[in-house]
Amino acid sequence: MFWFVGLIPDFATLRDRANSKAFRLIYGLLAMGWRGSARHWHRYEMAYLLLAGLATPLVLSVHTIVSFDFAVGIIPGWHATIFPPYFVAGAIYAGFAMVLLLTIPLRKIYGLESFITMRHMNNMAKVMLATGLIVFYGYLIEAFFGWYSGNHYERFMIWNRMHGPYAPYYWALIFCNGLTPQLLWFKKIRANLVLLWIISVIVSIGMWLERFVIVVTSLHRDFLPSSWGMYQPSQWDWAMYVGTIGFFFALLFLFIRFLPMISIFEMRTILPAAEVEE
Amino acid sequence: MKQGKPHKSLYGVMAQFDNPSQLVAAAKETYAAGYRQINGYSPFPIEELSEAIGFRRTALPLIVLIGGILGGLGGFFMQYWMEVIDYPINVGGKPFNSWPAFIPITFECTVLVAAFSAVLGMLALNKLPQPYHRVFNAPHFALATRDSFFLVIESKDPKFDHDEAVRFLKTLDPREVVDVEL
Repeated sequence: MFWFVGLIPDFATLRDRANSKAFRLIYGLLAMGWRGSARHWHRYEMAYLLLAGLATPLVLSVHTIVSFDFAVGIIPGWHATIFPPYFVAGAIYAGFAMVLLLTIPLRKIYGLESFITMRHMNNMAKVMLATGLIVFYGYLIEAFFGWYSGNHYERFMIWNRMHGPYAPYYWALIFCNGLTPQLLWFKKIRANLVLLWIISVIVSIGMWLERFVIVVTSLHRDFLPSSWGMYQPSQWDWAMYVGTIGFFFALLFLFIRFLPMISIFEMRTILPAAEVEE
Repeated sequence: MKQGKPHKSLYGVMAQFDNPSQLVAAAKETYAAGYRQINGYSPFPIEELSEAIGFRRTALPLIVLIGGILGGLGGFFMQYWMEVIDYPINVGGKPFNSWPAFIPITFECTVLVAAFSAVLGMLALNKLPQPYHRVFNAPHFALATRDSFFLVIESKDPKFDHDEAVRFLKTLDPREVVDVEL
């Protein structure tokens, strides 16, 4: 909804620039008769501001509640009070990594350097570093909890994570999400787009590993040895996974093809010619 | 068109400007000249413009507040009704009205209804969707979503007089002044 509202004025621009009747009709329907009236703009800006304000706490609550889904489970490795803040930080961290992963090539291919500047890149990298540190703190504190709880099952869970059959996944996770983002402390690395892109790929892999470690390593050694087992993704698991990525990119490319990648009207407001001189 | 008569066939007169500064200055002068039923059209939001045409307040924040309150109460009492009245289940001896457990859903419902109120309220106050509007008839109006700026004096303004309005708008240094048919 937020996304659609943000596009309404741009749909109107696309409608008025369309050079075929079909596009004119489709964009016209989506623009809903937007005509840039001053009264409309005034209410529009107010609605947009309120929506942004409402959406921000929603981000926190969504990830908190997703983490509650784990935390109410009694399985060691799921039943942790650290989950809500660590999931929220993880979501922002993974989100920025994904944005960088997509933005860096798009910016290069479509020549958007003057819209998405190095300052944006630098700031995104800094947010990634900050939230990455929170996530890493979450990993460390999880291990601490396991030891400090004195609970036999909790201790076994964390020991098994580090030294059990899935240990390579755990250490790969620490490498991807704990160590790699430390490179972002250096300004030279934040300014190097190739390195920044590689780091964002590693972080995205790390976030996938995080989910794998939480879900699989916690479940494969349950309270009862009779329910112990190993999980190997089948070819259908992989096909499903690759398919979702393909579906995402198909939609993304359709979006880039038919809709503005960057809000047109918001870019206009920052043009020097948009200044109102008294 | 005769002077001084109401104009049944006219929506208003429209002046076209090249930049936002001209439009805002023109809107201010038009307002100062006593016209009240005026409106500006621009490709991007101009804060000064809505002030210049005398449009400062919108009921939208109030609508969103009411939506949020209704959403919150609705979310809470939906759960209260389910857990206490319709299908009470004793869970570990806890009270039926275990309100702390209701908070996440109450919060989500608050945000959901407030967000819907913001979007639908904005569209309703703006009377959108409205695929056809008279101003679209004006030549070059398609540029209002690109790089041109328009000011309209509507014929329903009590002070409106066609020739007078055209003459007045021409003093504001527009690119062109046109009639908008009803």
